[in-house]
Amino acid sequence: MSDLMTTTSVLLRANRLKAAYSVAGGQIVAVDDVSLEVRKGEVLGVAGESGCGKSTLGAVLSLTVRPPLFVLGGELEIEGEQLDLGPDKEPPREWRGEVVSLLPQGAMNSLSPTLRIRDFAYDVIRAHRPQTRRDEALDRVRQRLEQLDLPARVLDCYPHQLSGGMKQRVVTVISGLLDPRLLIADEPTSALDVSSQRILIEMLREMLSQQMIGGVIFITHDLPVLNTIADRIAIMYAGQIAEVGYTSDIINRPRHPYSAALLSSVLVPEPQIRRTRVRGIPGAPPSLLNPPAGCRFHPRCELAMDVCRTEVPPQVGAELRFSRCWWAEQHPDESLEVGG
Amino acid sequence: MRMVRFTPRFWISLAVFLAVVAFGVIGPMFAGDKLGENVGGLYDPPSAEAWLGTDDLGHDIFTNLMFGTRTSLIIGMIAGAVATLIGVVIGLLAGYHGGVLEEILMGITNVALAIPAIVVLILISVALDFRSIVAMAVVIAITSWPWTARAVRAQASSVRTREHLDVARLSGASTWQILVWDVLPYLLSYIAMAFVLQVASAILAEAGLSLLGLGPSNSVSLGIMLNWSLVGESLRTGAWWSFIPPTLLLTLVAFTLLMLQSSLDEVFNPRLRRGQRLARPTAGSGAALAQVGVVTEPAMADVEEVPTDGADTVATGGLGAGPASRSGSGHGRETR
Amino acid sequence: MSSPTESAAVQVSPDGQGSTPAGRSSGDPDTLLQARGLCRTFGHGSSLVRAVDDVSFSLGRQEIVTIVGESGSGKSTLARLILRLLDPTAGSVYLDGNDVTSWRGRRLKAYWRDVQAVFQDPFSSFNQFFTVRKLLRRSLSLSSGGAGTDGETQMAQALEHVGLSPDEVLDKWPHQLSGGQRQRVMIARALMLRPRILVADEATSMLDASLRANILNVLADLRRDYDMTILFITHDIGQACYVSDRILVMCEGKLVEQGPTDDVIFNPQHEYTKRLLADVPRLHDSILG
Repeated sequence: MSDLMTTTSVLLRANRLKAAYSVAGGQIVAVDDVSLEVRKGEVLGVAGESGCGKSTLGAVLSLTVRPPLFVLGGELEIEGEQLDLGPDKEPPREWRGEVVSLLPQGAMNSLSPTLRIRDFAYDVIRAHRPQTRRDEALDRVRQRLEQLDLPARVLDCYPHQLSGGMKQRVVTVISGLLDPRLLIADEPTSALDVSSQRILIEMLREMLSQQMIGGVIFITHDLPVLNTIADRIAIMYAGQIAEVGYTSDIINRPRHPYSAALLSSVLVPEPQIRRTRVRGIPGAPPSLLNPPAGCRFHPRCELAMDVCRTEVPPQVGAELRFSRCWWAEQHPDESLEVGG
Repeated sequence: MRMVRFTPRFWISLAVFLAVVAFGVIGPMFAGDKLGENVGGLYDPPSAEAWLGTDDLGHDIFTNLMFGTRTSLIIGMIAGAVATLIGVVIGLLAGYHGGVLEEILMGITNVALAIPAIVVLILISVALDFRSIVAMAVVIAITSWPWTARAVRAQASSVRTREHLDVARLSGASTWQILVWDVLPYLLSYIAMAFVLQVASAILAEAGLSLLGLGPSNSVSLGIMLNWSLVGESLRTGAWWSFIPPTLLLTLVAFTLLMLQSSLDEVFNPRLRRGQRLARPTAGSGAALAQVGVVTEPAMADVEEVPTDGADTVATGGLGAGPASRSGSGHGRETR
Repeated sequence: MSSPTESAAVQVSPDGQGSTPAGRSSGDPDTLLQARGLCRTFGHGSSLVRAVDDVSFSLGRQEIVTIVGESGSGKSTLARLILRLLDPTAGSVYLDGNDVTSWRGRRLKAYWRDVQAVFQDPFSSFNQFFTVRKLLRRSLSLSSGGAGTDGETQMAQALEHVGLSPDEVLDKWPHQLSGGQRQRVMIARALMLRPRILVADEATSMLDASLRANILNVLADLRRDYDMTILFITHDIGQACYVSDRILVMCEGKLVEQGPTDDVIFNPQHEYTKRLLADVPRLHDSILG
């Protein structure tokens, strides 16, 4: 993991974020009372399966929320500056792209096929800083590419002339062009071969160490990838954060049944996989139109107790390492077994 | 079957079209005896006896209008149906089989497209001594099918590479069964829209031919009415009731059909709908599918968009297969 | 869980039951399918692409063999060659010693009674105008053709085997089912024909991580319950590690390494395999250190 400094300066603090989709039958609360913290130079992984709300969380944090998605409430604090969020509150335009930048899922395929990369990069810069001259903008891009060991020739290419891995790297660089404090990357590696994946992860690390970006929120469903790059991991389920902690804690000593179950169902080329019968998690994630009472995971949880069915579990633990689980509350120092 | 939701525009255009049809079908039943009858002087202005006045032979224009609408509609429908049928068959065979057959059929189609239809229509019409309504319809149809053939071929071509066809083959389905059950249903929306357009253009084509005096013999159609009003010099004498009603009706029919077609497009492609936005419960950023491959290779697999319709499916954005594989071969991600 | 008692050539299957020897020769009575020198090119001249380049391998009875490859490796093209949905430009495929490479028409249908497939995309594999019942019925016509009550029982059996309740899914449209359910229905469809070989082409790639193991378990159990051979195609070497007896590694159309799973994963010989394994993110030791 990154050699995380001893300084605990906070880059982003999100408090009680709530966002919902407006649908024909009502509201789907995709992000429900989510609070988290990212520190300077840190990579926070947000892991979860489809429908857990992690992409929505990414949209909320990057201030790119658009109807039918609405932010219902919450506060954001970035490097001291406070921002209240709500359905009628318009976030300041300068923040988008320059303070927080989103690298959306499938970005590499949204590159316009008729624009060369350099024109695309110029468009992006100009959209946020209209005054920038073309040669200034291109110089900046060239400089970045050089700093990250990417060939300058990509600027003259059309998207279809680049491989998938290269496209993703280019798009990542462009999303960091304006030196955002926080880069939110939504499934940046999911479409890539493992070798391109690794190169991209190294590049992100490099961008962090050269302070082109202040911190990263890495959204993915792939836990082993987070094991590689993330300093801390937040596990999301049904719109809420189930557990948060340092990577090695989460992976080796999870304190939430969902985290443990998720880890147990991961298939990696390691010896223990050959010997055991891996079982997935029975059932399916709940409908967010009408989530279950109490703990949202209780219908699928092996350790469910009576209280889980009726009472919303408390946050057990500290700000940076907590678990939302009744079991965790009753077993304060224990962790759950993975696999077997 | 997925429920299709019809928009207000669809209902309105359908209602207007049906009203015109009623006018052309029911009207003549009440006024049948007045057709061809001398009800007044030549070019009498509208009055109580002749609501839209009389033409240059003293016939009631309103009656003519009703019968004319009927004829035009009949020709339009028949021509539209025949053109659509020819176009669908050719397009389906060309699109599904590909290869040499496609080249040949598309070659024929392109040639047919390039020939100016009006010239062919005029020549054939001149060659026919007696032009029945059905003959006119067929003549119009054989010059207008290429457009449908191209549209259907393009669609069939894209359906051909879908995975459910492989599943059908593996299940032992014959080529005919696949065409009818696995390809055609996916084309129905296009065929419906093509048919509506064909009808509209056939009606206008007939009007054009009739205007030139090459319309159906011994019949009244909207175009023929226009022809009579030209020949009878109604423009010069200012007998507006002779040429304005058929013009208006033609415009109305064509416009309604076009609106019907575009509203059908909205029905089948909900994304085009304006106004009410239906929120799909997607978790944020668009469900774009990614295909990864070494892009410098020539034959790249297609990108296909996966609907975000509920599921526990993961769109990882594809680690696609090798070149020229079927379009479903990349992975896609659906996020709920 | 039993441990290997013989040499490294013997593999232990995921649930510890039974073992299958690796490495086959064409004269081996247990060989079911053989691919010899398969080639498939696309395009011509300067834009010629060798999707599959001289690939040879064999499948034995009750084996689970995985073909692992990244994008552009040609693994899906190879799958289609084996399934005879595509013709090779060179090379041949043998089933039970018979050359099936040029089979067409009725003989091809006979081939498909023995070799079936489950594909990657649980949505586009379905004709959205068919209910599950209609889809399964179609498969019935290819098998011994049991209609009526016999057909109903066959369908119910197949569905139950993959963990679905017939009453719940038979009359549903595809968009009413979840992705996991759809893949199971696809497996059931293939099962009804009682094939001897099932090709699963990235069958789990579009499913959530927590579902993949379940589907892989279903596939692995088929070996025992239906006397089936599974050819699994994936880019995910972790899944390959879990479920296979043997692994074949493909790179740019060529087969670069093949062997028993333990050998390929924990003692790779080819540079590409080594690099592939080195780049795969792990849970218990980081690839970046």
